[in-house]
Amino acid sequence: MSSDSEKPVAKAKPEEKPTPPKPAPKPAAKAEEKPVELPAFEKGISDKLVEKFGDKIEVDFVKEDRIGIKTSKENVHDVAQFIRDDLHYDHAESVTGVDFPADNEIEVVYHLGSYTESSLARQVLTLSTRAPRESHPIPGQDSTKLPSLRDIFYSVEFGEREVFEMLGVYFDGHPDNRRLLLPEDWADLPPLRKDFAIKGR
Amino acid sequence: MTMTDIMPPGLALKKVDERIMTLNVGPQHPGSGHMRIVVQIDGDYIVACDPDPGYVHRGEEKMAEYRNYITNVPHLERPVIHDSCNVLYPYVLGAEEILGIEVPERAKYVRVICSELNRCIYTMYWLAIYGIFLGHSTMFMWPAGDRELLIDLMEKVSGARVTHAHFIPGGVRNDLPANFEDVCLRQVNYFEKRIKEYAAVFYDNPILISRTQDTGILSRENAIRYGTTGSVLRASGVDYDLRVKAPYDVYDELDVHTNVMKEGDSYARSKVPWLDMIESCNIIRQALQKMPKSGSVRTKLKPNPKTKGPATVYKRVESGRGSLGCYIVSDGKTEPYRVKMSVPSFRNLLAMPNLLIGEKLGNMPSVYWSLNYWPVEADR
Repeated sequence: MSSDSEKPVAKAKPEEKPTPPKPAPKPAAKAEEKPVELPAFEKGISDKLVEKFGDKIEVDFVKEDRIGIKTSKENVHDVAQFIRDDLHYDHAESVTGVDFPADNEIEVVYHLGSYTESSLARQVLTLSTRAPRESHPIPGQDSTKLPSLRDIFYSVEFGEREVFEMLGVYFDGHPDNRRLLLPEDWADLPPLRKDFAIKGR
Repeated sequence: MTMTDIMPPGLALKKVDERIMTLNVGPQHPGSGHMRIVVQIDGDYIVACDPDPGYVHRGEEKMAEYRNYITNVPHLERPVIHDSCNVLYPYVLGAEEILGIEVPERAKYVRVICSELNRCIYTMYWLAIYGIFLGHSTMFMWPAGDRELLIDLMEKVSGARVTHAHFIPGGVRNDLPANFEDVCLRQVNYFEKRIKEYAAVFYDNPILISRTQDTGILSRENAIRYGTTGSVLRASGVDYDLRVKAPYDVYDELDVHTNVMKEGDSYARSKVPWLDMIESCNIIRQALQKMPKSGSVRTKLKPNPKTKGPATVYKRVESGRGSLGCYIVSDGKTEPYRVKMSVPSFRNLLAMPNLLIGEKLGNMPSVYWSLNYWPVEADR
């Protein structure tokens, strides 16, 4: 009896809820005039950053739901502060290190998102900066250093620890620059550098 | 005169730092998963906590740099073998953008069905572990048995009980078997009926409630500050589910309800995944109804597909544990230059020390496992 009375409720459930409106900001009718139309909402955010910082930052890409910002290591702390306080991004999803031996640099990429600002729910802001790369690294004691963003985005704490052990980028101002995943007795190169090769490959 | 001087002989007060004991929970401890948690306790209370993951680090990201976009598929799903479809999903979406291929409409629906089945399979496994570590044997036996219903379905689809390697760039590996829709509908309906029975034995059980309610409270502000995701975030009152907020594939054509609880304690964190499973059953039924009845499920690729040129993509999906991102850097070669998995377990790990400090040691299992944490995924 109870199962009979439950069934109609379960069936009626999808009808009660209206389908959520798509928040995708579609470009307006201007599309015919320009061959490349940047998404308006994302362009507005990157324009705010350019207006504030000028040529201290470089807009890498503006795509649907994704904005890429490049900046130097001197400015990354100020840019992150502005992104949190004025653009309302409130957490970091991931911290990635990418090794570029050809440029003699290591890039650190922060993917930032927002839970509090509902219009930013679809957005991911990619903030990247580069540290000098040493051909014979001594992690923590060479010039491969960046300012930590942990005081701005608390959520980067473990991500920055991972980048330190995997690529040897030391974060100045990070309270806890210990290893996270690697064993304590790891004495080889940081393993995600390109000059560390897997055996047999 | 100090307190020690007036104590009778044979009894002495110890200084605070002498009272504190350091305990290594794990990596062999059954309640710790594949990780070590260094806790310091003062009497019964945890005063410091230092999680130490890395015991199952396999270097998935390094391995991905040596293989092309198709041969990366079977090993990138290993971090969470029960949720293998969802773990692969962001990588596959990213690879499709880099390779510039379109996915047939039917394949998108097959992906949604497999993804939701996997979410339930993973959550049932997690629920079984959560049950047994709270001493509730029935809650170990029932989910471990009932998830066989869905594992059988995935076995029919992909041929493997776990580690399906079913999602590939361009669609899915195989079409659904004949008569799958009817069998799937029947199994999922029975599965939903079964998991609703768990309320009586587990979620409304006063013993469970007394052990989990008001333990490990994560406030809304801290949940956002720590960058938590998935059920941990939604149990703290943040309405955020990527299937609704940033729908991928055909989720925007389906009606997805987000389950949010405001309490932020262990009880809420253990209940949200269960509510999500009931929602998954609704999604599977909708997808079965709306799916094109025939058509291609795969855009064929050459064995060593060429990319469109240098590019970076970042794709996210909602997995069984939360938002799972994949960042791919391509330099135009046939292998990716860098693959980074931004995994939900790693993100939720940051909340663990902050939740455990101040708790009793006996509450550690109920807080730790309520984080929906999968150690192998955090290590990659």
